[in-house]
Amino acid sequence: MHTLTLAGLSTGIKAGRFSSVEVTQHFLDRIERLNPALNAFITVTAEQALAQAAAADRAIASGKGGPLTGVPIAHKDIFCTDGVLTTCASKMLSNFVSPYDATVVRKLKEAGVVMLGKTNMDEFAMGSSNETSWYGPVKNPWDLTRVPGGSSGGSAAAVAARIAPAATGTDTGGSIRQPAALTALTGIKPTYGRVSRYGMIAYASSLDQGGVLTLNAEDAALLLTAMSGFDERDSTSVDLAVPDYTTTLNQPLKGIKVGILKEFFGQGLEASTEALVRDALKVYEQLGATLVEVSLPNLPLSVPTYYVVAPAECSSNLSRFDGVRFGYSCDSPKDLLDLYTRSRGEGFGAEVKRRIMTGTYVLSAGYYDAYYIKAQKVRQLISDDFKRAFAQVDLLVGPTAPTTAFELGAKVDDPITMYLNDIYTIGANLAGLPAMSIPCGFVAGLPVGLQLIGPHFAEAKLLNAAHQYQQQTEWHTRIPDGYQS
Amino acid sequence: MSLTRDDVLDIARLARLAITPAETASLSDSLPRILTFVEQLSAAETSTVEPMAHPLDGLSQRLRSDTVSETDAHERFQQNAARVEAGLYLVPKVIE
Repeated sequence: MHTLTLAGLSTGIKAGRFSSVEVTQHFLDRIERLNPALNAFITVTAEQALAQAAAADRAIASGKGGPLTGVPIAHKDIFCTDGVLTTCASKMLSNFVSPYDATVVRKLKEAGVVMLGKTNMDEFAMGSSNETSWYGPVKNPWDLTRVPGGSSGGSAAAVAARIAPAATGTDTGGSIRQPAALTALTGIKPTYGRVSRYGMIAYASSLDQGGVLTLNAEDAALLLTAMSGFDERDSTSVDLAVPDYTTTLNQPLKGIKVGILKEFFGQGLEASTEALVRDALKVYEQLGATLVEVSLPNLPLSVPTYYVVAPAECSSNLSRFDGVRFGYSCDSPKDLLDLYTRSRGEGFGAEVKRRIMTGTYVLSAGYYDAYYIKAQKVRQLISDDFKRAFAQVDLLVGPTAPTTAFELGAKVDDPITMYLNDIYTIGANLAGLPAMSIPCGFVAGLPVGLQLIGPHFAEAKLLNAAHQYQQQTEWHTRIPDGYQS
Repeated sequence: MSLTRDDVLDIARLARLAITPAETASLSDSLPRILTFVEQLSAAETSTVEPMAHPLDGLSQRLRSDTVSETDAHERFQQNAARVEAGLYLVPKVIE
């Protein structure tokens, strides 16, 4: 049962081969057995999951229910869940029981989806290895001595280990795509504004976007169709109709123009990873795509741009944690300033503090123009580069990450080396573009991801291109050793 | 790019963060390295470029009408607060 996709589980439930309660119990049993070694979950909501599953079974029995009724998934612990602990993997929120549901959670609940629990992540989504979590690092099921990527590392490990059939994630600089690449999953970050950010704990609001990690493009299309759409509670939500992404998966790719991103094939890219990405391009050629080399000259400035813009927004977003209204509060504060500074000093971890400090510095008087305004100008240049590229091609492709999964602890002492993991993913966030990662092979038993980037609101085309590739290849069906049964 | 220990403590004060001596030392090392890293942005020619305000062209943040949309749920919200009394959040005395 756990090797089935969401679509497969849904078909089986509707055909009466198994009930939603049976499917849910099966995954809960697997979580209990396999999660201790992975640390992929922060909270498991077994009782609530079984109640939701029973309700889904009743709905199906009475002839109601849609394509997602009764299938279980996990939510990244950045999404607020009514009545359930919502920690963002921080000591700061280790006691926070959300009084409401995020829009993403509400929409999926309304679609009949069962929630298995909340997945581990980098603290406040700040990290690329899931090592900054207050709840400890997540292990990669392909090799337990290696990181699963981050920040949606718990979601990635859970789906890769088949202890959850799919999971939500968020992507501010690559936090869905990079872990998807490192664990052989399909991950999509939609266009900025496509999925509501309401109830998704903010890190860098102009970059944050919710999405999913799944076993294939079809499952991603199913979930994305249900969770996207306008939300008046998110002021940057876009009021555009959401197509049913599952209906265009089988369109032929003949005649499509695919741009090979020149800047993604330079220094720092492992040769073995590059070889697999180039093999994937051949598959697209066989599917009828025309390959064109495209250059985005300002793209190499993505990482420095991000590390001004994201910390700036983070320092302002995280000012809400004051020890007064919610979250961690220090013992016996001697005055108001002591309450603020000690609650924050004791509640935030090292990387979160580093980004708040960086952001505070670049926004401070005298430095704002030199750092923040400059970065927002370069961001415009990068966005213009993408716009010019999409005047020539339908999609851009390249690697998702420069290397396969690295060892736990390998990069924790050097923030710049860690930041460079996201060198290929950050550009899409800066320009607000939809992007995804799909498995395209293995190097020494470790997965490699192919990245696809599209113009604004081209999710249907991305999912179509991913699905067509997955009809020709079987990388996405591989299961790590020890998790097949 | 370098920052003194006092510079770091001053940024921490602005950010309302209490940091330990060990954290001060660590940040005195990593912050200048991050700032040096982002200084490569100065190489980009941007004299005629407007800073980007929104990732989507022509779309700006909507304003909602100023009407009541939420019901009073302060008791529920205050269950997450450390110190509450009579519907009020308690903080250390501010005015003598």
